[in-house]
Amino acid sequence: MLSVREVTTAYQGLVAISAVSIEVQKGEIVCVAGANGAGKSTLLKSIAGAERPRAGSVTFDGKRLDGLAQHHITATGIAYVPENRRLFPRLSVRDNLRLGSYLYRGEANREGPLDLVFQLFPRLSERLEQRAETLSGGEQQMLAIGRALMTRPRLLMLDEPSQGIMPKLVDEIFQAVKRIRDAGMTVLIVEQRMAECLEIADRAYILQTGRVLMQGPSAEIKGNPDVRKAYLGL
Amino acid sequence: MTAETIIQSLASGLLMGLLYGLIAVGLALIFGLMDVVNFAHGEFLMLAMYVTFFLFTFFAIDPLLSAPLAAAALFVLGAAVYLLIVRFAMRAKANVGMVQIFATFGLAIVMRGLAQLFFTADYRSVPNSWLGGKTVSVAGIYLPQPQLFGALVAIAAFGGLYLFINRTDFGRALEATREDPGAVALVGIDKNRVFALGWGLGGALVGLAGAIMATFFYIYPDVGASFALIAYVTVALGGFGSVFGAFAGGIVVGLVEATTALILPPSLKSVGIYAVYLLVVFIRPRGLFGSM
Repeated sequence: MLSVREVTTAYQGLVAISAVSIEVQKGEIVCVAGANGAGKSTLLKSIAGAERPRAGSVTFDGKRLDGLAQHHITATGIAYVPENRRLFPRLSVRDNLRLGSYLYRGEANREGPLDLVFQLFPRLSERLEQRAETLSGGEQQMLAIGRALMTRPRLLMLDEPSQGIMPKLVDEIFQAVKRIRDAGMTVLIVEQRMAECLEIADRAYILQTGRVLMQGPSAEIKGNPDVRKAYLGL
Repeated sequence: MTAETIIQSLASGLLMGLLYGLIAVGLALIFGLMDVVNFAHGEFLMLAMYVTFFLFTFFAIDPLLSAPLAAAALFVLGAAVYLLIVRFAMRAKANVGMVQIFATFGLAIVMRGLAQLFFTADYRSVPNSWLGGKTVSVAGIYLPQPQLFGALVAIAAFGGLYLFINRTDFGRALEATREDPGAVALVGIDKNRVFALGWGLGGALVGLAGAIMATFFYIYPDVGASFALIAYVTVALGGFGSVFGAFAGGIVVGLVEATTALILPPSLKSVGIYAVYLLVVFIRPRGLFGSM
């Protein structure tokens, strides 16, 4: 479904990821793990069009994405939830969700995915009139995922969804990711919390200083002695 | 000074104030949307007045009818100015603020120069328009018809703008872009398109104001300068970037101007506006409705 080949992205001459290749198949949950600064966020930005890769290619269902403007990439069916969520803070929860369906504004059933969003995150439905900025960190993450789902993605990309969230909600969000996959979507998730991420993912990649260090099915990665020592603290 | 004189000048001040609000709202809209001050705003007004003048002179279209055409022309101009000038000014690698100021300031000078070149520096007017020079009398108070019409158009325009921003998808996209232009691509919105339409809308609103102004004010290449100054005061009073602050700011400016004219000699009628402006800057720098 998504094929990233030999992508190199640099910021002002500093190479953040170098010749990174990953594949995501339809219906998978794929986890990209690694330490801070390994290039995980840059990888997602390069796919979403928030950063322009210097070399390599990104293909989504046979369509070349690298070089496309970010809003066009969203329209191809990739929803990207960035690390800092980028909600519209002074707009209401309802308006944030409604903006998610902007691409479908001509359709009668534009808010179709809303049922799924409320099923996953019932607390959003209780806070519809509240400004997004008044939500807790966890609720803001839920809203960011909800807004992304409103764009009717085939591929959902999440950057560190657990960041700045209390542990109880982290679990809720990871459970939601599984249910999103069960609803027919594919998920690419970037995380520092490798243990939780491997728990729900089918396959994983480990990035280190901008390169793919290791890849394979989650169980295999989890069982690797080096990974257990370096990343899982076992 | 009789009570009648006072009521008379407050009423004219209110009408003029609503028109000031309409002149200023485009400026506030664009600033609120993208933190860019359009220093050519007065020249937009000037051009709208000329459009109205030429449509009247060559095609005998009354300003009442040509107002939508002036608005449409200025919509195109506003969008073009964003797409051809401001968009590139915003990409500056350093001193973006300065580059934007000089870009629109330079545009103002170019527009004024071109107006002098093609339209000459002569004072023009739209004589014998349907409303021009006519008044209506309400309970002994005389209200000039062009200003009365202008005030009604201003109220309608603000009402329309309110509905547009709060009830339509594009209005919501405008608000979202204003909040975080870098985030709208996440929901598939092209920020450049929103910016261009924002500039177009700002242009259309000042275009509407220009058509009305043409019925009772002389038209010449520099006409925008004094009104632009009042527009900046209006926007600062109302709160920079607040669209409805511009509405309230306009009314305050109109009333203060009328009151000053009652007390001071007519040549000093602007003194009051700037005094109130200074007062607001000292006491409440974010303006009456600003949220900064």
